[in-house]
Amino acid sequence: MKRLHLERLANPQLLALAGVLLINWLLFPNFFRITWQDGRLFGSLIDVLNRGAPVAILAIGMTGVIATKGVDLSVGAIMAVCGAVAATMVVAGYPTPVAVIAALAVGIACGLWNGFLVAILDIQPIVATLVLMVAGRGIAQLITEGSIVTFNDPALIFIGTGSFLGFPMAAVIALALLILVTLLVRKTAIGLFIQAIGVNRAAASLAGIRSRMLLVLVYALSGFCAAIAGIVVAADIRGADANNSGLWLELDAILAVVIGGTSLLGGRFSVPMAVVGAIIIQAMNTGILMSGFPPEFNLIVKAGMIILILLIQSPFATRLFVRQRLVPAKAGPK
Amino acid sequence: MQDSDYVLEARGVTKIFGNHTALDAIDFGLRPGEVHALLGENGAGKSTLIKVLTGAYQPDAGGVFVDGALVTLDNPLHAQTHGIGTVYQEVNLLPNRSVAENLYLGHQPTRFGLVDHRKMEKAAKTLLERYGLAIDPSSDLGSHSVAVQQIVAIARAVELSGKVLILDEPTASLDRNEVERLFEVIADLKKSGLAIIFITHFLDQVFAISDRVTVLRNGRLVDTRQLDSVSRTDVVRLMLGKDIAFSGATDLEPERPTTDVLLDFKSYGRKRSVHPFDLTIHKGEVIGVAGLLGSGRTEMARLMFGADPADQGTITVAGKPTAIRNTTDAISRGFGFCPEDRKAEGIFGDLSVRENIIIALQGKLGWFRALNRDEQLEIAGKFGEAMDIRAASLDMPVKLLSGGNQQKVILSRWLATDPAFLILDEPTRGIDVGAHAEIVRTINRLRDDGMAMVVISSELDEVVAYSSRIVVMRDREMVAELRGKNINPGVIVQAIANSADEAQP
Repeated sequence: MKRLHLERLANPQLLALAGVLLINWLLFPNFFRITWQDGRLFGSLIDVLNRGAPVAILAIGMTGVIATKGVDLSVGAIMAVCGAVAATMVVAGYPTPVAVIAALAVGIACGLWNGFLVAILDIQPIVATLVLMVAGRGIAQLITEGSIVTFNDPALIFIGTGSFLGFPMAAVIALALLILVTLLVRKTAIGLFIQAIGVNRAAASLAGIRSRMLLVLVYALSGFCAAIAGIVVAADIRGADANNSGLWLELDAILAVVIGGTSLLGGRFSVPMAVVGAIIIQAMNTGILMSGFPPEFNLIVKAGMIILILLIQSPFATRLFVRQRLVPAKAGPK
Repeated sequence: MQDSDYVLEARGVTKIFGNHTALDAIDFGLRPGEVHALLGENGAGKSTLIKVLTGAYQPDAGGVFVDGALVTLDNPLHAQTHGIGTVYQEVNLLPNRSVAENLYLGHQPTRFGLVDHRKMEKAAKTLLERYGLAIDPSSDLGSHSVAVQQIVAIARAVELSGKVLILDEPTASLDRNEVERLFEVIADLKKSGLAIIFITHFLDQVFAISDRVTVLRNGRLVDTRQLDSVSRTDVVRLMLGKDIAFSGATDLEPERPTTDVLLDFKSYGRKRSVHPFDLTIHKGEVIGVAGLLGSGRTEMARLMFGADPADQGTITVAGKPTAIRNTTDAISRGFGFCPEDRKAEGIFGDLSVRENIIIALQGKLGWFRALNRDEQLEIAGKFGEAMDIRAASLDMPVKLLSGGNQQKVILSRWLATDPAFLILDEPTRGIDVGAHAEIVRTINRLRDDGMAMVVISSELDEVVAYSSRIVVMRDREMVAELRGKNINPGVIVQAIANSADEAQP
């Protein structure tokens, strides 16, 4: 038990998170201070959770896609579409639950479209999802008729700015989704099958795994997650901005998944670690903002991290590490 | 081997990759004005030898001689300057450029530093006429058939090299008429004194145009023969078997008391893949499948398993007519399939031994009845032990195991599903002796337990040893079903070669 505990502490993602938080604390000693005010928690750490939530939600869906050796570039655009759907519907007077469910359904439909292109038409995922990445913003603009649709629906706004047990609603939603999806892939055989498809789709088909159906499902889940993120972001700013909602967030989501230890080559994956990856990114963003560096610096640091992570995943680095410790790989992403 | 009329010669050429000897002291000589067929099953070393002869690889021992002089060929371009040109199965020219440009790419006639298109097209036209091609040299290469492209590639290779032409499976994607046309071109080139190396899997074509044949097996030279002095059977024998014992006839497994029919295929086939065939398989029966590479053995296996579904014929499983549209259908009816290409289609390299073993069973159980870790370990442990899988841990990635152990893992994967019918495609290819014996033992054990099996193998003595019946595939067609006594590898070789003239019992 003790060894297991130590092993978990030595997890590179958690170490990286600790490192980033430590640097933030050094730069900004009040970083860890959390106060209770008006029935909710305040502080930089809470802010990281709140702001990191949309990317974390996207990363939850993206993990499954990347584990199948795919990628979903359209999630940012799907966020814009679903935010627009929710906003225009509440403005048109539909009840909030109807608007939210409609937005979620649209997100799933977008995901099904991606899944159809990838699994049935066998289009490369990067190209297939590029279609919706480009078209999605156009669709969102059509829905909002080119303007930013603002709303005052308190129930919808609560999703973005409310709190639950003192924690920001966005973070609570992300956590709930994390638990749900983790249970879905761990307590069923779906996680194993996703890995099998990512490692070797031909062998998966010969082993009797319905790889097409599963691929469609994985992209649908990614669309669903993007819809949630889109609603959260729209609710947060009380408006749907077709041009800027979720802009470039697909890249942050991919980065979060990769930081979380899921290889772009498919196979082993971890949903919780992808969420940790999203928190690392947000902690970096917050730290850089608080330290007073110009925001441009933010992008450079991110780029540096991508390079570092790709280097670590490269066969060269693998050779370097594997030779040193030939420990049997840890069983399954538990 | 000091034959001075060899235009191109390999003497004692050896090529080693890691600890695998791809070519072991190969002697090979090519005379001007001959078509020399190079034969061998996959992995025999044909392409490695070609790559050495064209300078793509450097030999680790031995040397390449052009006109009797030792040469060092740095790369295929350098080989070209020595007169050696190659045409590959996949035409590697530029389909979106004109025929003339493709012919003279890199050697275009120029005027004032610019390409002289008129001169080039004129030259191309005269050149192509020599090959009986009356096509417009300014048309896009891609607008012509593969056969024409093939001839353009040959014309280019001959034009640039002019002494030796290497044709690597040039007929693989051609139809019968196109092949004949290509053969006319080859015959003309031969008359003009060109030396030609011809690589193919089709025996008919070897006998149609070749003068001599060299057979490689497992990186070794088996023999070089004058083709008019050998029969088709001899050639097949050279290709397939070192120890095909023609003396001691091994009987097939004595006819068992008839058991229940498990499977009945009736004119079962798939267009462009396998001709319709009839096959009845009883419980406890092993059907051996013999045939050369490309004869449709693997296609038949994939057809039976639903990986490429049948488009004609019917199948009856245990008396019930049924349809197998995909692998899931097949597995739910108790089928299992170990594919030939273990790495590409069999194992999940990054997944653990445990996961690799339970995955088909889990696939059968579906998404929501997940085996937990303890159940997985128990199943994997049980079959791992029964198959004697040598792994440090059931949780290590399967890619770290040896080929033989990986094969045992795949076999265990299907045994875990408790199948009634197993299809094994080359289950013993490329694995060590110990694992080989273990797999043959397992096949025997499963047969005695009443499982029906189809086993595809190039190891004929092995097929004879465990099969109850043997079917022979040729040109994607089931051409013979051998049963009863006095079946030995020799009889199978004959059935494969179909040389009725020298029939044996």
